[in-house]
Amino acid sequence: MAARAPAAIFQRCLHGIAVLLGVSIATFAVAHATGDPVTLLISASASEATRAQMRVHLGLDQPVIIQYLLFLRHALQGDFGQSFIYRQAVATLVLQRLPATLLLAGTAFAIALGISIPLGVSAATRGGWSAWLLQGFSMLGLAIPSFWLGLMLVLIVSVWLRLLPVDGYGGLSHLVLPAITLSLQSIARLSRLVASGMREVLRADYIRTARAKGLLERRVIWVHGLRNVLVPVVTMAGLELGDLISSAVVVEVVFAWPGIGRLAVNALGQRDFPLLQGTVFIAGLGFVLINLVADILCARIDPRIRLA
Amino acid sequence: MKRVATFRPGPVFLGRLGALLLGCVLFLAVAAPVVAPFRPTDINLRQRLLPPAWEAAGNTRHLLGTDNVGRDIASRIIWGSRISLSVGLAASLLGACVGSTLGLCAGFFGGWTDRAISWLIDVQLAFPFTLFAIFLLAVFGGGFVPVVAVLALATWVNFARVVRSQAMSLRAQDFVLAARSVGVGTPRLLRRYLLPAVLPSIVVVGSFSAAQAIMTQAALSFLGVGVDPTIPSWGAMLDLGRNYLQTAWWMATFPGIAIALTVLGANLVGDWLSLRLDPRGR
Repeated sequence: MAARAPAAIFQRCLHGIAVLLGVSIATFAVAHATGDPVTLLISASASEATRAQMRVHLGLDQPVIIQYLLFLRHALQGDFGQSFIYRQAVATLVLQRLPATLLLAGTAFAIALGISIPLGVSAATRGGWSAWLLQGFSMLGLAIPSFWLGLMLVLIVSVWLRLLPVDGYGGLSHLVLPAITLSLQSIARLSRLVASGMREVLRADYIRTARAKGLLERRVIWVHGLRNVLVPVVTMAGLELGDLISSAVVVEVVFAWPGIGRLAVNALGQRDFPLLQGTVFIAGLGFVLINLVADILCARIDPRIRLA
Repeated sequence: MKRVATFRPGPVFLGRLGALLLGCVLFLAVAAPVVAPFRPTDINLRQRLLPPAWEAAGNTRHLLGTDNVGRDIASRIIWGSRISLSVGLAASLLGACVGSTLGLCAGFFGGWTDRAISWLIDVQLAFPFTLFAIFLLAVFGGGFVPVVAVLALATWVNFARVVRSQAMSLRAQDFVLAARSVGVGTPRLLRRYLLPAVLPSIVVVGSFSAAQAIMTQAALSFLGVGVDPTIPSWGAMLDLGRNYLQTAWWMATFPGIAIALTVLGANLVGDWLSLRLDPRGR
């Protein structure tokens, strides 16, 4: 059985590569859908000589399939062109900003897990106030726009109470509000998932066995039960991180957080297409990698999963 | 195991609450010219930045206050409901048509059709959606049709995934086999036998997708990609209010409440529908 795991991981990697190819086709197609990508990918003030050079670089005199392969080769070499506004390589810019986004999304994710697992377990096993709280979170968390929540937190905590800085990047005090803002939607989704998973698991035979052999109820729930709830949670967590990075775009704008989201919004305002294209592509790459890791983690938690 | 008996609002109550919220928004959207006390674009520089009516400096004519050029916030929210509802409904419908068709084909035919469509779904999900939407709208420009088309890219996946998994299990059921054995052709089989069976799920997903589309549209107009420059949208109002957060808290507060209540309404209706219509949800 153990011998089959590497083959399965290899299969997941192939799937990841297939998805990445799709991501590259989509990003390539969008830039080419408007006709002449040179008008998009180079600033309006560029000289005719630079334009001609760009056409050769992109292979625009070649058939579309060759153009795509060139695009793919450039992407694999980390060459997404030059940003108009920053006059730097797109890959450098995105990689500079990526840690800030990952820090924000990662902190929000940690907060979400830290709240939703105890909340979900408690709502499923005890009911009462935790079930109320869970229902409140899952209804309001999905309905409240993160950018509005961010503004309201700034208004109350920073403007009225003057407890934390309004925006910017720096120590822990700058991280608190954006991370809380970003985590709310994840808390809503994850705690619901944990609670429904736990209710299901507690009906299983092995839980009855564990109780029958006299284990502490605490141990039955938190060890025997939770381990089996974690599989859907980890699968969902991979998708959740993708959602977090997506929502981080607006939250970064609210808090002037220097991540890839704000980079992309600046690029939108300045019509900086190479920067937008590169950001979208690199974000897609990150998402595929995260989900690959989530799939492998699931197989570690649950030996029944053969990564099919 | 001990269960503490507590009162919790039941699904029917919450479903009615959701329907009531959506009904109110729909009424405001349809009756906007009659209900709204001012036109959304009426500028009155003498009445700039008035707080809501219940504050000491407020004016009873402007219930929720005015913005930086003296436009009535309440009227702008009422008019803005038109954008949110029309975009949400259109994006959900478009996504339902595309996603259900693809999901039905993937689940029914299986094999390479299924592999190709599942690949499309995975590729779509790989893009952090807000970034992808910004990229697309930067290239193709804003406006009602591009925004709806881009939002449908977010919603079609929801329909495709649910319909695909249902079609897979329906494919082997007796009524489908029976229909096939008496010579019902594939297109007719899909339309007359499978589609009615998956329709309840489509309605449920449609309700959640409309909520998702309304939320995403608000986020996009908050980021500066609008739908219609002549009608205020809730997201754009929030964006404007952000600059006046320290001096005029009401400018950013009320449009956000409008978004939250509308999305909450659509989600509650979705929860209730999934209990009513989806036999497995019970």
